[in-house]
Amino acid sequence: MKILVCITHVPDTTTKISFTPDGKEFNAAGVTFIIGPYDDFALARAIELKEAQGGTVTALNVGLVETEPTLRKALAIGADDAIRINVNPTDAWQVAQEIAAVCKAEQYDLILMGRESIDHNGGQVHGMVGELLGIPSVAPVMRLDVVGGLATVSKEIEGGKEVIEVNLPLVAGCQEPIAEWKIPNMRGIMGARTKPLKVVEPNVTATSTTVQQFSLPPAKGACKMIAADNVAELVDLLRNEAKVL
Amino acid sequence: MTTATMPTTDVTIERRTAIDSFESPDFLLLDDLLTEEQKLIRYSVREFVKKEISPIIEDCCQKAYFPYDIVRKFGEVGAFGPTIPTEYGGGGLDYNSYGLIMQEIERGDSGMRSTVSVQSSLVMYPIYKFGSELQRQKYLPKLASGEWLGCFGLTEPDHGSNPSGMTTNFKDMGDYYLLNGAKMWISNSPKADVAVVWAKSEEGRIHGLIVERGMEGFSTPETHNKWSLRASCTGELVFDNVKVPKENLLPGKSGLGAPMMCLDSARFGIAWGAIGAAMDCYDSARRYAMERIQFDKPIASFQLIQKKLAEMLTEITKAQLLVMRIGDLMDQGRATTPMISMAKRNNVQIALEIAREARQIHGGMGITGEYPIMRHMMNLESVVTYEGTHDIHLLILGADITGIPAFK
Repeated sequence: MKILVCITHVPDTTTKISFTPDGKEFNAAGVTFIIGPYDDFALARAIELKEAQGGTVTALNVGLVETEPTLRKALAIGADDAIRINVNPTDAWQVAQEIAAVCKAEQYDLILMGRESIDHNGGQVHGMVGELLGIPSVAPVMRLDVVGGLATVSKEIEGGKEVIEVNLPLVAGCQEPIAEWKIPNMRGIMGARTKPLKVVEPNVTATSTTVQQFSLPPAKGACKMIAADNVAELVDLLRNEAKVL
Repeated sequence: MTTATMPTTDVTIERRTAIDSFESPDFLLLDDLLTEEQKLIRYSVREFVKKEISPIIEDCCQKAYFPYDIVRKFGEVGAFGPTIPTEYGGGGLDYNSYGLIMQEIERGDSGMRSTVSVQSSLVMYPIYKFGSELQRQKYLPKLASGEWLGCFGLTEPDHGSNPSGMTTNFKDMGDYYLLNGAKMWISNSPKADVAVVWAKSEEGRIHGLIVERGMEGFSTPETHNKWSLRASCTGELVFDNVKVPKENLLPGKSGLGAPMMCLDSARFGIAWGAIGAAMDCYDSARRYAMERIQFDKPIASFQLIQKKLAEMLTEITKAQLLVMRIGDLMDQGRATTPMISMAKRNNVQIALEIAREARQIHGGMGITGEYPIMRHMMNLESVVTYEGTHDIHLLILGADITGIPAFK
């Protein structure tokens, strides 16, 4: 089975977010970057499927050279090779087009990624890649089993879960508990040194999005305590101060 | 907060569900001096510690229980023999990578780090360095994977700082060596499958012998009631007319210099490891000081608390510089025993002082098992004494400065 895992290169979940003075870019100074947590689940499941059924796992990232340590980490975890598409993407549509271009050439059986990134949290790329390739895409996938050319997928739906069967090739946006995160071991880290990491120039040059301004959400206000029996004050505050009624 | 249990033969260990949110300080942006690989190694071991050690360590220590399952897990993550070449199952890594592994494991617990240091520097290292090719192939892969646990026998009941006075000895009986004597304060001994034992020949020369569990006359009684390193097992090695096959003698080097080379490697790991314990105390104290309100403001706003935190960070940063430089020198084969003595002595001492200051910042909470402080502090009381006491390292430096050894 030929599996592609698309990984994002995102700030660690404990990062204190700030922007450049003009507000147009994320300030990456001193920030630790990680594989997107949902992508990490997808990668872990891909490795499990490879270990059980044979095949290859390729890790892919759309990004500039600074994302290579994140791809090396995917190699340390167990991917066989990696592809970096050499462009700093501005939106999901651009990322999806780049991924689809690689997929058209490589014919993967499974294209896995996280249900969403944890920087822009768009959650759109898997659907777009499926459309561009004309193959099914499913998200959020919490279980994924493959027998022959048929995948059994369990996904979350409003108020319950849905189990469906889908023919390969398939795009899946994954989340826990699809697999347990894998911690790279020392042998994997050493082995990652010599695994191939291919840099591909982008297909799409024009992007449809430009950033006008990033800003942080307003700081959380202090919590206002109201006596349990004082409904009138609660209603008054909701109506006149919070303006939600 | 705790949840379900990890059943063992006689002790039940509770797993904590509280999230370990440790963050390491990097005041001088020393990460810039690390390779991407080294950062990934640190990240991986930190994640490993958060997953496998932090949830159980407080209860293991409270119950003085060695979680033996961790040995196989250390093998899987590659913590054993990081500097041993990959063809023997080691990691083939540089010395600062080894140091970072030790830092992260000791951030979890000094006892856990002791288990790993002993296996890596005191068992695998001498077998690799002084062993025959057959010995390397027989022992190293199994020690690297954690299938076997090893220990190192140098210290004796009457010979601690003066190992050359040892009385453990072996006689050449033609077909085998006959080993007699006893070793004390041996980390891992009660569970060890293999012991690298230093003993005197009939000519009075110190040699290394590999003794295996099951050899007749060999026993490993456990040392109970420790107030320190409670999650690691410690014991004795007793040799009562043990017949050791001749092929178990380490052929590569004899004399006290051989075990001392092992100790240099282990002490370097300890110097790194102590930084981990210090960082954990500092990180916990910093968080606690920001959250604990007295006189209507966080105690972090008081000058005496800030003084403590500032001094802790200063000492951690100096300690990092010491070991990072020595690690590079070890890779180049230029590190000396006195250099390593300086780092081991300094870093363990500052870690102990930081633990004590952090304990004060935590107030009464600092003495409970809710926080790691008291556990680190008690652990470090062993670390400041083992592998060359605090004072002996001072005298090694004194001898280096003056050319006059004060301990002979």
